[in-house]
Amino acid sequence: MTERDALMRKIQEFAFAAYEWNLYLDTHPNDASAIEQFKKMSEACKHYTKEYEKKYGPITAEGVEDDECWSWVDEPWPWQN
Amino acid sequence: MWSYQKKLQYPVNIKNANPKLASFVVAQYGGPDGEMSASMRYLAQRFAMPDGPSSALLTDIGTEELAHLEIVGSVVRQLMKNASTAEIENSPAGAYFINHGKGVYAANSNGSPFNAFSFASTGDPIADLNEDLAAEQKARATYDNILRVSDDPDVNDVMKYLRQREIVHYQRFGEMLDHVQNKACERKPMFQGVTL
Repeated sequence: MTERDALMRKIQEFAFAAYEWNLYLDTHPNDASAIEQFKKMSEACKHYTKEYEKKYGPITAEGVEDDECWSWVDEPWPWQN
Repeated sequence: MWSYQKKLQYPVNIKNANPKLASFVVAQYGGPDGEMSASMRYLAQRFAMPDGPSSALLTDIGTEELAHLEIVGSVVRQLMKNASTAEIENSPAGAYFINHGKGVYAANSNGSPFNAFSFASTGDPIADLNEDLAAEQKARATYDNILRVSDDPDVNDVMKYLRQREIVHYQRFGEMLDHVQNKACERKPMFQGVTL
Protein backbone atom coordinates (compact mmCIF):
# COMPACT_ATOMS: atom_id res chain seq x y z
CA MET A 1 0.00 0.00 0.00
CA THR A 2 1.37 3.45 -0.92
CA GLU A 3 1.79 6.10 1.75
CA ARG A 4 -1.05 8.01 0.15
CA ASP A 5 -3.38 5.01 0.26
CA ALA A 6 -2.40 4.32 3.88
CA LEU A 7 -3.26 7.89 4.91
CA MET A 8 -6.57 7.71 3.03
CA ARG A 9 -7.29 4.43 4.79
CA LYS A 10 -6.75 6.14 8.16
CA ILE A 11 -9.20 8.90 7.18
CA GLN A 12 -11.74 6.30 6.07
CA GLU A 13 -11.37 4.42 9.35
CA PHE A 14 -11.84 7.46 11.59
CA ALA A 15 -14.64 8.87 9.43
CA PHE A 16 -16.38 5.51 9.63
CA ALA A 17 -15.95 5.28 13.40
CA ALA A 18 -17.31 8.83 13.83
CA TYR A 19 -20.25 8.04 11.57
CA GLU A 20 -21.07 4.85 13.51
CA TRP A 21 -21.28 6.91 16.71
CA ASN A 22 -23.41 9.44 14.85
CA LEU A 23 -25.97 6.77 13.90
CA TYR A 24 -25.88 5.28 17.40
CA LEU A 25 -26.49 8.74 18.87
CA ASP A 26 -29.51 9.28 16.62
CA THR A 27 -31.25 6.55 18.62
CA HIS A 28 -29.40 7.18 21.94
CA PRO A 29 -29.12 11.00 22.02
CA ASN A 30 -28.45 11.21 25.78
CA ASP A 31 -25.37 8.97 25.89
CA ALA A 32 -22.60 11.39 26.90
CA SER A 33 -19.79 8.85 26.58
CA ALA A 34 -20.87 8.17 22.99
CA ILE A 35 -20.77 11.91 22.26
CA GLU A 36 -17.22 11.96 23.64
CA GLN A 37 -16.26 9.05 21.36
CA PHE A 38 -17.89 10.75 18.37
CA LYS A 39 -15.86 13.88 19.02
CA LYS A 40 -12.62 11.93 19.43
CA MET A 41 -13.12 10.07 16.16
CA SER A 42 -14.16 13.12 14.16
CA GLU A 43 -11.22 15.14 15.54
CA ALA A 44 -8.82 12.41 14.39
CA CYS A 45 -10.56 12.34 11.00
CA LYS A 46 -10.17 16.12 10.65
CA HIS A 47 -6.50 15.91 11.65
CA TYR A 48 -5.63 13.30 9.01
CA THR A 49 -7.82 14.99 6.40
CA LYS A 50 -5.79 18.18 6.83
CA GLU A 51 -2.53 16.24 6.50
CA TYR A 52 -3.81 14.45 3.38
CA GLU A 53 -5.00 17.66 1.72
CA LYS A 54 -1.63 19.30 2.32
CA LYS A 55 0.26 16.36 0.80
CA TYR A 56 -2.00 15.02 -1.93
CA GLY A 57 -4.79 17.47 -2.75
CA PRO A 58 -8.29 18.41 -1.63
CA ILE A 59 -10.96 16.08 -0.29
CA THR A 60 -13.52 18.90 -0.32
CA ALA A 61 -13.43 21.93 -2.64
CA GLU A 62 -12.70 24.10 0.43
CA GLY A 63 -9.54 22.04 0.90
CA VAL A 64 -7.88 23.41 -2.26
CA GLU A 65 -4.53 24.83 -1.08
CA ASP A 66 -3.01 25.87 -4.42
CA ASP A 67 -3.68 29.53 -5.35
CA GLU A 68 -2.58 29.12 -8.98
CA CYS A 69 -4.24 25.92 -10.07
CA TRP A 70 -7.69 24.54 -9.14
CA SER A 71 -6.46 21.20 -7.84
CA TRP A 72 -10.02 19.99 -7.17
CA VAL A 73 -10.09 18.73 -10.78
CA ASP A 74 -6.96 16.58 -10.37
CA GLU A 75 -7.17 12.82 -10.76
CA PRO A 76 -7.59 10.28 -9.29
CA TRP A 77 -11.31 10.52 -8.57
CA PRO A 78 -12.44 8.01 -5.95
CA TRP A 79 -13.73 5.38 -8.42
CA GLN A 80 -10.48 5.29 -10.41
CA ASN A 81 -7.91 2.65 -9.53
CA MET B 1 -28.02 20.22 1.10
CA TRP B 2 -25.03 18.00 0.58
CA SER B 3 -21.34 18.57 0.00
CA TYR B 4 -19.16 16.07 -1.79
CA GLN B 5 -16.09 14.46 -0.28
CA LYS B 6 -13.57 13.19 -2.80
CA LYS B 7 -13.16 9.78 -1.18
CA LEU B 8 -15.02 6.50 -0.91
CA GLN B 9 -16.54 5.43 2.40
CA TYR B 10 -14.78 2.08 1.87
CA PRO B 11 -11.88 1.46 -0.55
CA VAL B 12 -12.51 -0.30 -3.88
CA ASN B 13 -9.52 -1.80 -5.69
CA ILE B 14 -10.58 -4.49 -8.15
CA LYS B 15 -7.61 -6.07 -9.95
CA ASN B 16 -9.33 -8.41 -12.43
CA ALA B 17 -11.91 -7.46 -15.06
CA ASN B 18 -15.07 -9.57 -14.83
CA PRO B 19 -18.03 -8.33 -16.93
CA LYS B 20 -20.23 -11.22 -15.82
CA LEU B 21 -19.82 -10.26 -12.18
CA ALA B 22 -20.40 -6.58 -13.08
CA SER B 23 -23.80 -7.52 -14.52
CA PHE B 24 -24.69 -9.14 -11.16
CA VAL B 25 -23.33 -6.38 -8.92
CA VAL B 26 -25.18 -3.69 -10.89
CA ALA B 27 -28.35 -5.05 -9.21
CA GLN B 28 -27.24 -3.19 -6.08
CA TYR B 29 -26.88 0.02 -8.09
CA GLY B 30 -30.24 0.16 -9.85
CA GLY B 31 -32.20 -2.88 -8.65
CA PRO B 32 -35.26 -2.71 -6.34
CA ASP B 33 -33.22 -3.48 -3.18
CA GLY B 34 -30.13 -1.57 -4.27
CA GLU B 35 -28.45 1.54 -2.96
CA MET B 36 -30.22 4.04 -5.23
CA SER B 37 -33.54 2.76 -4.06
CA ALA B 38 -32.41 2.82 -0.41
CA SER B 39 -31.02 6.36 -0.48
CA MET B 40 -34.03 7.84 -2.28
CA ARG B 41 -36.49 5.94 -0.08
CA TYR B 42 -35.05 7.24 3.20
CA LEU B 43 -34.40 10.75 1.94
CA ALA B 44 -38.04 10.94 0.74
CA GLN B 45 -39.57 9.35 3.86
CA ARG B 46 -37.77 11.69 6.23
CA PHE B 47 -40.01 14.65 5.29
CA ALA B 48 -42.90 12.96 7.10
CA MET B 49 -40.96 11.77 10.16
CA PRO B 50 -42.54 12.95 13.42
CA ASP B 51 -39.58 14.26 15.45
CA GLY B 52 -35.90 15.18 15.60
CA PRO B 53 -34.32 11.75 16.14
CA SER B 54 -36.34 10.03 13.38
CA SER B 55 -35.63 12.90 10.94
CA ALA B 56 -31.92 12.65 11.83
CA LEU B 57 -31.72 8.89 11.36
CA LEU B 58 -33.45 8.89 7.96
CA THR B 59 -31.25 11.77 6.80
CA ASP B 60 -28.04 10.13 8.00
CA ILE B 61 -28.75 6.62 6.70
CA GLY B 62 -30.09 8.08 3.42
CA THR B 63 -26.82 9.98 3.06
CA GLU B 64 -24.75 6.87 3.82
CA GLU B 65 -26.68 4.99 1.12
CA LEU B 66 -25.53 7.63 -1.39
CA ALA B 67 -21.96 6.77 -0.38
CA HIS B 68 -22.80 3.09 -0.93
CA LEU B 69 -24.22 3.89 -4.37
CA GLU B 70 -20.85 5.42 -5.21
CA ILE B 71 -19.05 2.30 -3.91
CA VAL B 72 -21.23 -0.06 -5.99
CA GLY B 73 -20.80 2.15 -9.08
CA SER B 74 -17.02 2.03 -8.55
CA VAL B 75 -17.10 -1.78 -8.37
CA VAL B 76 -19.15 -2.05 -11.59
CA ARG B 77 -16.89 0.38 -13.43
CA GLN B 78 -13.68 -1.32 -12.29
CA LEU B 79 -15.02 -4.77 -13.24
CA MET B 80 -15.93 -3.51 -16.74
CA LYS B 81 -13.12 -1.08 -17.50
CA ASN B 82 -10.35 -3.48 -18.57
CA ALA B 83 -12.57 -6.21 -20.02
CA SER B 84 -12.03 -7.02 -23.69
CA THR B 85 -14.93 -6.72 -26.13
CA ALA B 86 -14.83 -10.49 -26.72
CA GLU B 87 -14.98 -11.13 -22.97
CA ILE B 88 -17.98 -8.83 -22.63
CA GLU B 89 -19.75 -10.19 -25.69
CA ASN B 90 -19.59 -13.75 -24.35
CA SER B 91 -20.80 -12.81 -20.87
CA PRO B 92 -24.22 -11.85 -19.43
CA ALA B 93 -22.99 -8.23 -19.69
CA GLY B 94 -23.16 -8.40 -23.51
CA ALA B 95 -26.67 -6.95 -23.78
CA TYR B 96 -25.87 -4.25 -21.18
CA PHE B 97 -22.78 -3.26 -23.17
CA ILE B 98 -24.77 -2.41 -26.33
CA ASN B 99 -26.69 0.41 -24.58
CA HIS B 100 -24.33 1.40 -21.79
CA GLY B 101 -20.81 0.42 -22.86
CA LYS B 102 -18.49 0.23 -19.89
CA GLY B 103 -20.44 2.96 -18.12
CA VAL B 104 -22.63 2.64 -15.04
CA TYR B 105 -26.39 2.52 -15.55
CA ALA B 106 -29.16 2.05 -12.98
CA ALA B 107 -30.64 -1.31 -13.91
CA ASN B 108 -31.33 -4.56 -12.09
CA SER B 109 -29.51 -7.81 -12.89
CA ASN B 110 -32.03 -8.55 -15.70
CA GLY B 111 -31.33 -5.18 -17.32
CA SER B 112 -34.66 -3.60 -16.33
CA PRO B 113 -34.16 0.10 -15.66
CA PHE B 114 -34.52 1.53 -12.17
CA ASN B 115 -38.12 1.84 -11.01
CA ALA B 116 -39.26 4.50 -8.51
CA PHE B 117 -41.96 2.13 -7.19
CA SER B 118 -39.20 0.79 -4.93
CA PHE B 119 -39.10 4.10 -2.97
CA ALA B 120 -42.21 3.15 -0.99
CA SER B 121 -43.01 6.33 0.96
CA THR B 122 -46.43 6.36 2.67
CA GLY B 123 -46.25 9.44 4.91
CA ASP B 124 -46.94 7.17 7.90
CA PRO B 125 -43.82 6.86 10.09
CA ILE B 126 -44.69 3.42 11.48
CA ALA B 127 -45.45 1.98 8.03
CA ASP B 128 -42.31 3.56 6.58
CA LEU B 129 -39.99 2.33 9.36
CA ASN B 130 -41.37 -1.20 8.95
CA GLU B 131 -40.74 -0.88 5.22
CA ASP B 132 -37.16 0.16 5.99
CA LEU B 133 -36.54 -2.87 8.21
CA ALA B 134 -37.68 -5.14 5.34
CA ALA B 135 -35.64 -3.14 2.82
CA GLU B 136 -32.45 -3.63 4.82
CA GLN B 137 -33.06 -7.38 4.98
CA LYS B 138 -33.77 -7.54 1.23
CA ALA B 139 -30.55 -5.66 0.51
CA ARG B 140 -28.68 -8.01 2.86
CA ALA B 141 -30.17 -11.04 1.04
CA THR B 142 -29.10 -9.60 -2.34
CA TYR B 143 -25.53 -9.13 -1.08
CA ASP B 144 -25.65 -12.74 0.17
CA ASN B 145 -26.62 -13.87 -3.35
CA ILE B 146 -23.78 -11.87 -4.91
CA LEU B 147 -21.36 -13.44 -2.40
CA ARG B 148 -22.69 -16.89 -3.37
CA VAL B 149 -21.79 -16.42 -7.05
CA SER B 150 -18.62 -14.30 -6.75
CA ASP B 151 -15.16 -15.77 -6.20
CA ASP B 152 -13.26 -12.48 -6.55
CA PRO B 153 -11.77 -11.60 -3.13
CA ASP B 154 -11.51 -7.86 -4.02
CA VAL B 155 -15.22 -7.71 -4.83
CA ASN B 156 -16.23 -9.92 -1.90
CA ASP B 157 -14.39 -7.71 0.58
CA VAL B 158 -16.53 -4.75 -0.51
CA MET B 159 -19.76 -6.79 -0.66
CA LYS B 160 -19.15 -8.05 2.89
CA TYR B 161 -18.70 -4.48 4.12
CA LEU B 162 -21.93 -3.34 2.46
CA ARG B 163 -23.78 -6.40 3.75
CA GLN B 164 -22.65 -5.60 7.28
CA ARG B 165 -23.98 -2.04 6.95
CA GLU B 166 -27.46 -3.38 6.15
CA ILE B 167 -27.38 -5.21 9.48
CA VAL B 168 -26.38 -2.07 11.41
CA HIS B 169 -29.10 -0.04 9.66
CA TYR B 170 -31.64 -2.73 10.50
CA GLN B 171 -30.65 -2.43 14.16
CA ARG B 172 -31.01 1.37 14.16
CA PHE B 173 -34.32 1.32 12.31
CA GLY B 174 -35.61 -1.18 14.88
CA GLU B 175 -34.61 1.14 17.72
CA MET B 176 -36.26 4.05 15.93
CA LEU B 177 -39.50 2.14 15.36
CA ASP B 178 -39.56 1.39 19.08
CA HIS B 179 -38.95 5.07 19.88
CA VAL B 180 -41.69 6.32 17.54
CA GLN B 181 -44.20 3.78 18.82
CA ASN B 182 -43.47 4.64 22.46
CA LYS B 183 -43.81 8.31 21.69
CA ALA B 184 -47.12 7.70 19.98
CA CYS B 185 -48.40 5.95 23.11
CA GLU B 186 -47.41 8.85 25.36
CA ARG B 187 -49.49 11.43 23.57
CA LYS B 188 -52.95 11.54 22.07
CA PRO B 189 -54.05 12.04 19.42
CA MET B 190 -51.53 10.00 17.47
CA PHE B 191 -50.24 10.90 14.05
CA GLN B 192 -52.08 9.88 10.88
CA GLY B 193 -52.50 13.43 9.72
CA VAL B 194 -52.30 14.87 13.22
CA THR B 195 -49.07 16.40 14.51
CA LEU B 196 -47.35 14.14 16.98
